Amino acid sequence: MKLSIIDADRCVGCQSCMFACSRRTGKAGLTNSSIMIKSKGGIETGFIIIVCSSCSNPPCARVCPTGALVANPTGGVKLDPDKCNGCGFCREACIIDAVHWDTDNEKPEICVQCGYCVPFCPHGVIELVK
Amino acid sequence: MSTENTFHRVLYIDLNKNSFEVKNREELFKKHIGGTGVAIRLLHEECPEGVDPLAPEAPIILAIGPLTGIFPLASKTVAMFKSPLTGNLGESHVGGRSAVAIRMAGYGAIVIKGKSKQPIYLSIHDNKVFFKDATTIWQMSSSFTAGRIIRQKEGNSGMRSIMRIGQAGENMVSYAAVTTETYRHFGRLGLGAVFGSKLLKGINISGKSSVDVADSKSFRKLYKKIYDDAVEQPLMKKYHDLGTAGNVLTLNELDSLPTKNLRHSRLEGVENISGENLAKNFLGRRVACAHCPVGCIHLAALREPSEHEEHFYKTTMVGYDFELIYALGSMLGISKPESMLKLIDQVEKYGTDAMSTGVVMAWATEMMQKKKISTEHTDGLALKWGDGETYIKMVKKIVLQENDFYKALAKGVEYAADIYGGKEFAMSFGKNEMAGYHTGPAGYLGFLLGARHSHLDNAGYSIDQTDMINVPLTPPQVVDKLIKEEGLRQLLSSLTVCFFSRGIYKLDIIRQSLQTAGYNFTEEELTKLGQDIYYDKYKFKFREGFKFEDLHVPKRIYETPDLTGLITPEFIKEGLEYAKSKII
Repeated sequence: MKLSIIDADRCVGCQSCMFACSRRTGKAGLTNSSIMIKSKGGIETGFIIIVCSSCSNPPCARVCPTGALVANPTGGVKLDPDKCNGCGFCREACIIDAVHWDTDNEKPEICVQCGYCVPFCPHGVIELVK
Repeated sequence: MSTENTFHRVLYIDLNKNSFEVKNREELFKKHIGGTGVAIRLLHEECPEGVDPLAPEAPIILAIGPLTGIFPLASKTVAMFKSPLTGNLGESHVGGRSAVAIRMAGYGAIVIKGKSKQPIYLSIHDNKVFFKDATTIWQMSSSFTAGRIIRQKEGNSGMRSIMRIGQAGENMVSYAAVTTETYRHFGRLGLGAVFGSKLLKGINISGKSSVDVADSKSFRKLYKKIYDDAVEQPLMKKYHDLGTAGNVLTLNELDSLPTKNLRHSRLEGVENISGENLAKNFLGRRVACAHCPVGCIHLAALREPSEHEEHFYKTTMVGYDFELIYALGSMLGISKPESMLKLIDQVEKYGTDAMSTGVVMAWATEMMQKKKISTEHTDGLALKWGDGETYIKMVKKIVLQENDFYKALAKGVEYAADIYGGKEFAMSFGKNEMAGYHTGPAGYLGFLLGARHSHLDNAGYSIDQTDMINVPLTPPQVVDKLIKEEGLRQLLSSLTVCFFSRGIYKLDIIRQSLQTAGYNFTEEELTKLGQDIYYDKYKFKFREGFKFEDLHVPKRIYETPDLTGLITPEFIKEGLEYAKSKII
């Protein structure tokens, strides 16, 4: 299963998905969010949704020097936080900026394709698809 | 729970010295919750008695609530200051991304004092405050451009809020606004002028932090309930659908829509500027404040052909809601949507409060009709109801204040009427220009008694629509109801939840959500707290010289037909006298 953006033009920029993603970990706020909504250039221009696109041969995993990030056969990547040294190479490797950063622990935050955010989107912008 | 709750941190900024410090004020937040409750306490602490609102010593207080960043709809930032328009308590609320950004940067409140040596903007990222030179964007004619420049210069898109003033603020127009995210405003009462007096062009604030909650499981459950209510309740759907603009036809139908300086309460051709017509023919996008799934912000796409070249168009996005349609539409007799949207855009560009601007221009128009002023006063502008192009020019003249007449207009309608006459139709209450509700006596008592002089203080206009048209209440009954409702609203604005969600955040939900955020209050304690905050605001007002006897009520309200037919001088007088005995 992977998270898919159905129609970004329907996004109103409420960021409910970002807060949902953080809440998945039991916390409020945004540190643990691995999805990001920002305007294209002022809110009148609409919004972009930045989240892991579940590449088949993910560059973030390829550049990981410690083997902490590995491609997940069912989609997306898996992080082993114990192996991660916080170097941030993965962040550089992702050209869509979907490797978000947990500033509390200095480790990457990447979508685990769980779909917890989906029911919290009021306009059906995102969906979990096979 | 982690060691320090960053919400309890207050950031103190001194523009005299370009310095800042952070203090943990846990005791303040634990007792007064946040938002309005904390802000009024900080204003008592920081604002010297009798200070000139535009003096360096006059503080700007910004405060958010304990639910911000935790629960949806807690997306407002409360500003408190001394108002240059009324010379007394100034309070204004804004949505957009401001509250979440302040919370994520790690603060519950911000206090700004002093005056910069040159124009600056503040850039606040987590624990750092940068004082950035704003000389180049000072006196730029468009606040849109200034906002865009700060946006491009600063990082953290999506996690930030950019507050800024336009030329109105720089020139200290008494009702200048502070704009955030291009279309949201700290409107009313002139916070923009206070920014301008400090040579403070704007504030860019961002951060990304996590917030611990008391119990994750119950947090998720309660969150879902609030979220579901926000997207499913019919009232909330209305805010998303037509937005507050949906009230235009309703109020017009009820003889309650102030028209042509309230000479009338219905507008001919009103359907053209109704929420329905704007949604059908102009609505270009709906957007939301951060952490609010409702999405009530309506932006019209205004497509205008060029005068000079065929097939050459410019498209401008213009935010609209009921108050703008009233103040820059019906109040000025404008029923052509394009004219109204262009005028709204102009007001946005210069950064004045839309309601005050509309009322000031409506008064001037009537003054000209009655030949009490001439084109000599207006620098050549012949003011006529419905003439949007002339009003567009007038907004610029008010902001630039190039003659004595415009200097007076820039200080508000009551100030101008004291000089030029026409006070009986200068539509302000407590020196603040009226909101768009000519519903009945409760509405006007609400304007007069509201502790922050906003139409949202107590919704007197809804008492008119529900009680007064059925079984009319006596003036004391109305006042008791207003004060009670004010208390509840102080509580909501201390949580900084949007007033649109007052049907969701009922006492029980407030109690539970506060528990999640680490505060234990009973419902009785919360009710009392709301009332205490209301009186704490009046305490400040009395300290700064507020007197019920000084309140001016323009005669016009008694002359124009309204929904209830009950607006009489006796009713208002009795209401005010009773209020005086209750609010000490």
